[in-house]
Amino acid sequence: MTHHYEETLPGGGHTSLVIKKGQILRLTDSDGGANVSLMLFNAHEKSERLNLPDTLKGQHTARLGAGHCLYSDMGRVLAAIVTDTCGWHDSFGGVLNAAEVAEKYGKGRYQELRNGFHRNGMDNLLVEMGKWNLMLEDLPMVLNLFSKVTVDEKGRFTFHSQHSAPGSMVELYAPMDVLAVLTALPHPMDPEPEYSPRPVELSLREASDPQGLTLCKTSRPENLRAFQNIERFAV
Amino acid sequence: MTLTTSDKQPADAVYRHIIPAGEPFLFEVKKGQTLRLHDLEGNQAVDTLFYRAASPRERYDAQRTLRRQNNAYLTSGSVLYSNLGNPLLTIVADTCGRHDTLGGACAQESNTVRYSADTRYMHSCRDNFLCACLHDGRLNKRDITANINFFMNVPVTPEGGLTFEDGISAAGKYVELRAECDVIVLISNCPQLNNPCNGWNPTAAEVLVWN
Repeated sequence: MTHHYEETLPGGGHTSLVIKKGQILRLTDSDGGANVSLMLFNAHEKSERLNLPDTLKGQHTARLGAGHCLYSDMGRVLAAIVTDTCGWHDSFGGVLNAAEVAEKYGKGRYQELRNGFHRNGMDNLLVEMGKWNLMLEDLPMVLNLFSKVTVDEKGRFTFHSQHSAPGSMVELYAPMDVLAVLTALPHPMDPEPEYSPRPVELSLREASDPQGLTLCKTSRPENLRAFQNIERFAV
Repeated sequence: MTLTTSDKQPADAVYRHIIPAGEPFLFEVKKGQTLRLHDLEGNQAVDTLFYRAASPRERYDAQRTLRRQNNAYLTSGSVLYSNLGNPLLTIVADTCGRHDTLGGACAQESNTVRYSADTRYMHSCRDNFLCACLHDGRLNKRDITANINFFMNVPVTPEGGLTFEDGISAAGKYVELRAECDVIVLISNCPQLNNPCNGWNPTAAEVLVWN
């Protein structure tokens, strides 16, 4: 097993990387209670990107976990969740902007706090996306890994604190070359009043036919067709 | 579900337009004006996106809207927030009671995933959106983000399942929104023939605007 790349993304940090076809990105919540906001793009044609509505309705689910696939707007699989020890990843919460973070955690400027300053998911993702010539218009709904939000019969949300145990791990298999942009910041609905973002460990490795991929292809007939579309609509 | 009726009279509208089944429509509503979307024959999904007219890169943000109102569905009182955190419109009347925020718009490509490869050449909402955007010139593919499906019912279960149900809307149901700034409204009057969201019979919808 060759690890091409390993990185500990500190809480509050942002990064981006290309997951080549056949590679797996593993994300590990080493301390527990982490949240990672994730956006995915076709690495070669970045107008093709993660489409959460297509992802959710195609699999009749509002939560994501092992056996689920992340669809692009072009009906293809950008990533398959081949391993997941967490069990529930959130599609509702999105990211906070600077004003929302200041409202929630109070003032937290670089001038006083240096690199412990309060970051926000929107700016972090925008900065990282800007490095790939992507802009505000390219940031629709994001996936929040390691976070659980449930919906009651009236539609109201409940955030489940400490959902992700220390060592929780999720693996994303890329069946095509994919640009992943991510940031490790508290989930927007997390009621914890202290700004305390948790780190996440990233590693990238080759795995052309990983255990768990069959489940992703067969858990729903839609998923198999979305895999077939990778060849049909190749760009 | 709480239903809220409006006392606005169609005869007083400054603008009325009927969107035939399966067609797009792009228009503007000014700050303070009220927009009514009217389900003429019932169970028609009206796929809709909103942009700030002065700067269309500011647009409806599904996740922020849901989070700020702490609810997965839209109805009277819901404020539609932008990706910059500003209110774009507020729902002020609603005789349907629930509108979908998660299902998105049908597309040729997603139809091949949801149904079968041979549905690829059927008409779709995203084709409508693209056609209207590219003719207008201010919007393009990247602007087609997660939309609202007015009159559609897509409940989330406590276990995180997503179900598609119909029967909430009916002929004559409407939703009204007050514009909090000048907005571009982009609509695809959904042509979907592969699922029962509109009873396999796409029908016309009407838009009305009052000062």
